Amino acid sequence: MAGRQTNRLRGHGLVDQGTTVSFRFDGQQLTGHPGDTLASALLANGIRLVGRSFKYHRPRGILTAGSEEPNALVELRQGARREPNTRATTIELYDGLEAASQNRWPSLKADLLSLNQLAAPLLGAGFYYKTFMWPAAFWEKLYEPMIRRAAGLGYPSKQADPDSYEKTNAFCDVLVIGAGPAGLSAALAAAKAGARVILCDEDFALGGRLLSERGDVDGESGAPGRRPRRPNSSPPDCRILRRTTVFGAYDGGVYAAVERVSDHLPVPPEHAPRQRLWRIVAKQAIVCAGAFERPIVFGDNDRPGVMLAGAVRTYVNRFGVAPGQNAVIFADNDAALRTATDLADAGLTVQAIVDPRPQGSAAAEQVAAGTGALYLRGVIEKVRGAHGVRVVGVRDNQGGTRTIKCDLLAISGGWNPALNLTTHLGGKPRWDDSRACLVPGDLPAGMRVAGAAVGEVSTEACLASGEAAGAGAARDCGFSPSAPSRPAPDRQIAPATPVWQVETGRGKAFVDSQNDVAVSDVKLAAREGFRVPDHVKRYTTLGMATDQGKTSNLNGAAILAEATGRYLGAVGSTTFRPPYTPVSIGALAGHHRGTDFRPTRLTPSHRWAEEQGAVFVEVGMWMRALMFPRPEESAQETVNREVANTRAHVGVCDVSTLGKIDVQGTDAAAFLDKVYINGFSKLAVGKARYGLMLREDGFAMDDGTTARLAEDHFYMTTTTANAVRVSQHLEFCQEVLWPELDVQTVSATEQWAQYAVAGPNARAVIAALLDSGQDISNDAFPYMACGTFKICGGVPARLFRLSFSGELAYEIGVPARYGDGLIRAIMDAGAAHGIAPYGTEALGVMRIEKGHAAGPELNGQTTAHDLGLGRMMSKKKDFVGRFLGEREALNEPARAALVGLKPLDPKVRVSAGAHLVPKGADAVAANDQGYVTSQAYSPELKSFVALAMLSNGPARHGEVLKVCDPLRGSETLAEVCSPHFVDPDGERLRV
Amino acid sequence: MRITCPYCGERALDEFTYRGDATVKRPDSLDENTAEAWVDYVYLRDNPAGPHKELWHHGAGCHAWLEVTRDTVTHEILDVAFARKGC
Repeated sequence: MAGRQTNRLRGHGLVDQGTTVSFRFDGQQLTGHPGDTLASALLANGIRLVGRSFKYHRPRGILTAGSEEPNALVELRQGARREPNTRATTIELYDGLEAASQNRWPSLKADLLSLNQLAAPLLGAGFYYKTFMWPAAFWEKLYEPMIRRAAGLGYPSKQADPDSYEKTNAFCDVLVIGAGPAGLSAALAAAKAGARVILCDEDFALGGRLLSERGDVDGESGAPGRRPRRPNSSPPDCRILRRTTVFGAYDGGVYAAVERVSDHLPVPPEHAPRQRLWRIVAKQAIVCAGAFERPIVFGDNDRPGVMLAGAVRTYVNRFGVAPGQNAVIFADNDAALRTATDLADAGLTVQAIVDPRPQGSAAAEQVAAGTGALYLRGVIEKVRGAHGVRVVGVRDNQGGTRTIKCDLLAISGGWNPALNLTTHLGGKPRWDDSRACLVPGDLPAGMRVAGAAVGEVSTEACLASGEAAGAGAARDCGFSPSAPSRPAPDRQIAPATPVWQVETGRGKAFVDSQNDVAVSDVKLAAREGFRVPDHVKRYTTLGMATDQGKTSNLNGAAILAEATGRYLGAVGSTTFRPPYTPVSIGALAGHHRGTDFRPTRLTPSHRWAEEQGAVFVEVGMWMRALMFPRPEESAQETVNREVANTRAHVGVCDVSTLGKIDVQGTDAAAFLDKVYINGFSKLAVGKARYGLMLREDGFAMDDGTTARLAEDHFYMTTTTANAVRVSQHLEFCQEVLWPELDVQTVSATEQWAQYAVAGPNARAVIAALLDSGQDISNDAFPYMACGTFKICGGVPARLFRLSFSGELAYEIGVPARYGDGLIRAIMDAGAAHGIAPYGTEALGVMRIEKGHAAGPELNGQTTAHDLGLGRMMSKKKDFVGRFLGEREALNEPARAALVGLKPLDPKVRVSAGAHLVPKGADAVAANDQGYVTSQAYSPELKSFVALAMLSNGPARHGEVLKVCDPLRGSETLAEVCSPHFVDPDGERLRV
Repeated sequence: MRITCPYCGERALDEFTYRGDATVKRPDSLDENTAEAWVDYVYLRDNPAGPHKELWHHGAGCHAWLEVTRDTVTHEILDVAFARKGC
């Protein structure tokens, strides 16, 4: 049955009362109007109880009307779109909205876990640390799961988010944050001066407090029902972003904002994101974020129906909703008296105005008389009503007590500027005694603050300070704004007399209702020696979670100051950090999720490999063919076949992903001498050489071959994974270390497609590709030769006689656009010679059989000595890593160095990562002598084989060791041997 | 943070990678009496609060190594120059 909106004030507010939308809360079918928030619609339907608290499961209602809401957190939507901990006060109502209350079982009204309240004495500040200390093993298995079930907020959907998110950048002269009176005025002034302006507001309507207050602005009525005035009929260059929260200020005028593009719709429209993350680069920024009203803390102040006085005005004036029929006002300032007037004018009853100020207030007395309310000098000391305020207890100045029946208690302890963004870069707020609040202190370059965020109180003052800030910001961007139209505001304000809390007897007085932190918890922390608000925050959790203490931090600090006998201005408050309000991970990730997390790189012949049924593996963002399985083959059978075919006939492998760097200049050879441990100056033109690079600390960085194409032209290859790093390293060497050398380097990885053709028949295949009259016989083009040839009717190709597989082999490279054509030509030319493609798995098997180091051996912990390449280190020349690479400790035999391993039982796989201990020794760290880096099944040896790093390894060939893999629970015996399992003398390479 | 590359102009931080102190000088590796200087060069860094000359690489732009003077307290960029002198 649809609710009747019993508390809707007909004819009041800015919502479209002519249109009705339906929504559900905890399964109950209700109605509201466009322009409502979920909170205002719930209140319109007479629903005050909306959730249970975090720790004690106390009934909670709606305290505020904005993003600072600590209590009214709900689960929004269902299924994959379910979103926990959303604030009912900021959710824009739409037709079909579904929301559910959180942290209650079995139902909101009968929550069994509210028994926690009885255990409250045990659950004070730091109870985690004190109660659940012993025995330690119980923490993970018992205490933590128990606490998590009982405490906590909503539950996220466990399904993947079906919506998309995006990121964008924007640049402007002036960014205005907040579209209240100050922000509108600032944006107008800056845009009129010619500045490019971006104006953001987290609300779906512009106007800020103008939407919530009555009163005239520039002679126009501010009465409810009036549409907010947009800045001067859309200035030419003012981009207005509604539903957009600027949540962080960063270095160099960079601001982050999240725009809730589709959160106000049931589902995002086709092709529209749910949210959009903005990175805004602004020459100048003006923070016009307004202010947060602060509560007064007293016993049972968390009952549903206790609401901030300003929020009451928002519900009445903006949303046309009566948060209650019978109100009591409890405020320490005259500004809150407007609440009494607005309630009375809306036809609601104001029972009493309770004034805690010692001196009282003539204005308050006058308003009380005008609204038919009692004027009581005193305090609220208790609130009754299990699921909502029914009766409040007042203690007057003379000590007398009385009770008043009411269903709404509007409270105000003054206002705190929303200065959060001014502190994100380390700025410290300053205490203002006369206003009794923290105001922005030193500001980052290019930032201004205006309006209530800087402590202004009246609408006129906000308009004037916004205009001045907007003009100033435009001036700093080089524009000439016109003279201000508004007089500077009168800054003489009556000093505030803040009342932070009321000492009460029994009822728990909550400072932070989101985290169930009471006055007693802050006092306990003070007794235990905590004096700094940031420490008290971490100990008591005051100011944590989704609201970050927007309505509780300063009251907490004031109670701490009093408990430790210090001046509040000296105690200060906690540090605000981004984000201002919670930001979804989806918005931060944008499109970078799933397979789009990083770019995918495809080689020129990727489509050909797909056609061959290749299975791919991601290496350094490249998709490389792992293997080319045939029907009915197991993975092991495929790899064995690919290896055997290459060793018996001929195979082809796409090696285009290797890093390729073009090195040119008259000092190119001298430069390579500096970056490799071995020499390149004496390398003849038309020859290639293997090289190893170290880091300056002496550990191996990368390896590869470099070919000399001309006296001043080299072509370097790197491993696939390190291509970018090596390129950056060479640029560092060239620009920073040896700028005097005449050398240039440039990455050519993506410009060349390259294929390894390996096996006894490789020469025949390559020869078939060559245009006539070119000789690649062993004499004309021996092992390690390189040169440029014409193939396939005039296509220029680079040919290198290099072998990673250990067979007679060539690498042939062509400009990338010919890659697909070349692989098809190779396959055609090789058909008569038994060619088959092989993938990285077979490549890996063959390099292990040959004992070539690769990624698992170049792991950042191995030296040239460890890799068996110590003798390559030149003694005569300077090179990167030379000095520290020669350190005694990096060259002593006891270091783990490269060996081969053959399991005694050839059918037993030696697992990579396993550790080596002496035969018969226990598998404990003290006996550890090395570790397995790579393993494979060798079809040639018909045995599993492995490479390992073993202490004093090269001297221990023939020794039997125990290979222990406690992680997988295996132990096996293996014999240490040379890492060169196949053709140790390299005879096959040179035929 | 924004860095004004002398070649490419003002760019966002994510185009650059940080290396570290730009003032350390690589010792002569052929001089055997430089052991301490090498340890300093490779491992030891000052951690000043205030202006700091540091090396950044403009990997998503012109690939130049830059010498950026940055205030480590305020993150203000005081100067940007090519690391290769005489450019």
